[in-house]
Amino acid sequence: MKFGILVNEGPYTHQASDSAYHFTKAAIEKGHEVFRVFFYHDGVNNGTSLAVPPQDDRHIPNQWSELAKEHNVDLVLCVAAAQRRGMLDEDEAKRNGKSANNVAEGFRISGLGQLIEAGIQADRLIVFGD
Amino acid sequence: MEENGQTIKKFMYMNRKAPYGTIYALESLEVVLIAAAFDQDVSLVFADDGVYQLMKGQNTDEVGMKNFSPTYSALGDYDIKNIYIEKESLDERGLTLEDLQDLKYEDEDDDWAEKDSIHLVSREELAKVIDEQDVVFSF
Repeated sequence: MKFGILVNEGPYTHQASDSAYHFTKAAIEKGHEVFRVFFYHDGVNNGTSLAVPPQDDRHIPNQWSELAKEHNVDLVLCVAAAQRRGMLDEDEAKRNGKSANNVAEGFRISGLGQLIEAGIQADRLIVFGD
Repeated sequence: MEENGQTIKKFMYMNRKAPYGTIYALESLEVVLIAAAFDQDVSLVFADDGVYQLMKGQNTDEVGMKNFSPTYSALGDYDIKNIYIEKESLDERGLTLEDLQDLKYEDEDDDWAEKDSIHLVSREELAKVIDEQDVVFSF
């Protein structure tokens, strides 16, 4: 089956991102396809390259990055939600005259159309939020 | 469903949170407006505290947030004709449809006659409508 995943909450405060990660990993390991993981609302904060969690805790952004690297999963941060919350890739930082960028490896920034496309292309779209 | 070789799915946007206090309502509306460009079969639900999103006479001057409630009246222009309001959610909050904006659309198949977009449904009826959807976004 082909899945689309929507993550609506940021890392650590809510479990949504953890649940989405475990679901995505399990689905791929079972031989399913994950068409795209789309991060919206505070979910865009899962894509930060600047998180430094305690060493005995899981590193949520890194977990996603590794999953993207291993299985070629498309991780998309909503551009409108990301800009509100100070998540910028190199291009967006330059375009908005900002001094730094902070999008972790494996994530890319794009528009809400990518979420709708995931809804159209996937057999099931699963929302992880509150 | 296929139309001109293009897949048309039934997309439902479920709004369950109050309009202010969190950003969910505003960002949900942003998805709905973008989605309109994709020519899918779109419907909206307002349930739980989400019914407050459609309250008439919203004024956000004192809280420093944008009052985005006038945007809902434009949904008809985005070809969104089905807006479901859960009756129990209104009852539980002492509200009636009179407290909410009156949303309409113009029916192109009926000489652009103005028609009601709002359907008042019971929790049981809403469950059936949700069951008919291909994609349900919950915000």
